Amino acid sequence: MQASSSVEGFAGSGGISGSGPMGPRRSGSNAREAIVRFENVGLRYGTEREVLSDVSFQLHKGRFYFLTGPSGAGKTSLLKLLYLAQSPSRGAISLFGEDAVAMDRAARPALRRRIGVVFQDFRLVGHLTVYDNIALPLRLAGVPEEEMAGPVDDMIDWVGLGHARDARPETLSGGEQQRVAIARAVITRPDLLVADEPTGNVDPDMAIRLLKLFSAMNRLGTTVVLATHDMSLMERQKDASVMRLVRGRLDDPTGALRNPPWSWGGSSREDWA
Amino acid sequence: MVSVYSPGRHGLRTKLSGLTAKGRKWRINAGSDPVIKQRAISGPVPWVIAIMTALTVIAAAGGLALGSIAAAAGDELQGGVTVQIAGPPEAEAARQAQAVAALLADDPEIRALRRLDRDERAALIAPWLGDAGFDGEDADDNLLVLPELVEVQLTGEAGEDVLADLRSRVEAVAPDALVSADTSWLAPVGRAIEALQWLALSLVGLLALATLAAVLLASRSALNANRQVIELMHLLGAQDRQVAELFQRAAAVGAGVGGAAGFAVALAVVSGLAGRFEALGPGQSAAGLNPLHWAVLALIPIMVTLLAAVTARLTVLATLRRMV
Repeated sequence: MQASSSVEGFAGSGGISGSGPMGPRRSGSNAREAIVRFENVGLRYGTEREVLSDVSFQLHKGRFYFLTGPSGAGKTSLLKLLYLAQSPSRGAISLFGEDAVAMDRAARPALRRRIGVVFQDFRLVGHLTVYDNIALPLRLAGVPEEEMAGPVDDMIDWVGLGHARDARPETLSGGEQQRVAIARAVITRPDLLVADEPTGNVDPDMAIRLLKLFSAMNRLGTTVVLATHDMSLMERQKDASVMRLVRGRLDDPTGALRNPPWSWGGSSREDWA
Repeated sequence: MVSVYSPGRHGLRTKLSGLTAKGRKWRINAGSDPVIKQRAISGPVPWVIAIMTALTVIAAAGGLALGSIAAAAGDELQGGVTVQIAGPPEAEAARQAQAVAALLADDPEIRALRRLDRDERAALIAPWLGDAGFDGEDADDNLLVLPELVEVQLTGEAGEDVLADLRSRVEAVAPDALVSADTSWLAPVGRAIEALQWLALSLVGLLALATLAAVLLASRSALNANRQVIELMHLLGAQDRQVAELFQRAAAVGAGVGGAAGFAVALAVVSGLAGRFEALGPGQSAAGLNPLHWAVLALIPIMVTLLAAVTARLTVLATLRRMV
């Protein structure tokens, strides 16, 4: 694995300054705003052993990240911390400059509205239509019906479900349900998009199409964090950084993780071959 | 086919970036369907509320009717005084009664006065003794001596001061006279009615508590049953208030429907019993209830609905505070 400048450790982790092949390229990446900061984060459920230990990293605005690792490594737990479904047992988490651990409960909804989540099990509301499922975050945000109709229809078209606008989730295939879940996650144009194994239950072609959706959102400025086992998918997203979790720890304690060097400006894959 | 993201026919890129929360009130109906179905939230609440409301209205109607009947009887007896002359021979009693009637005839504080004749007095005692003791044509032939009775209706209330004054004047011309206010006869009945009214009020209070407990349990149960959707709503940025309003609205609708049904049943029961109560009552309207009473009874389902809505809201908010 090669070191990354966009997924980097906090102070004390050793950083990546002057180390690895990306040293000279750091400054450009670091200019981007860090929207997520984890510092020595630990998480345990009840009295069990920690499922996440000493996790420290930063995520930068507008970047694409893969989160990978073997089953049970703690990927879903890490994502839950990211989208505020869980509080850490220890450590500090900062989201968009806000202290996500100490923040008042009443302030969480506003933060959550800046995060789009694609759940592993989709979590579509069974009795709502495709349209209503996708419109749900907008309704929760208080957007008037007349203002949301056009964007929601556009989003439905964008994910290729125009034919299923009024269908219930149970009548859709797994891939179609996944696309509804993605559409719901991105309809509010979140600053951070978190997806937990979004391609785990779809065929390779559909996986590539879904990746294109995430890529499109990323090009519009959304920071994407995508948990996956699919190495071929990671190879396709060449400008992505990779975080690898092993037994609840980022496997590179310095935070210097793989970032394909050809993704940096002014170079191509061939230059680095 | 998944296309590359583009503005689209509605200018999605522009519109999405322009979409902002306007702080508008959350609506339970998300377009075609509510996020959580009404039935999934309210559960058995409408049935429970219907039964509770019916029982509450019937209990309250009973309490109000009893109060109304007692008040009407009291009004009728208000200012009523009876002068009874018992003990002396019948001729002497008659003389004293005549003297009392003469004394009070021109009293400005007395609105009406009537000396009961022998047959009326015999009729009063007949239910207990029959006519065996005083069926002789001549008074001296009777085994029992009938007391003389003079009914007096004062212009005002028969208060203690008025009674004391009346007694002193009456005793001057009729030393064997007993002067008593009619309302004193009603006092034991009044106390019994008052006890029944407290019982009815207690029942109303207990039923309100039971309603509150039922809504609380139903809300918690609905919260657990819909935990996944609620969690999803939270993760999509819903505020506790928005979730609570869903439950509050569902509880209010459920309680409103149940309350209306319960009130209708209670109305039928109370109206059905009205005729029987009327036979007991002193000429009052059905079951001794006046329009104000009916208005109070009509408030019960409204209050129950409000109680259910507030209980649901507070229960849900308290439970949500324990969630992440």
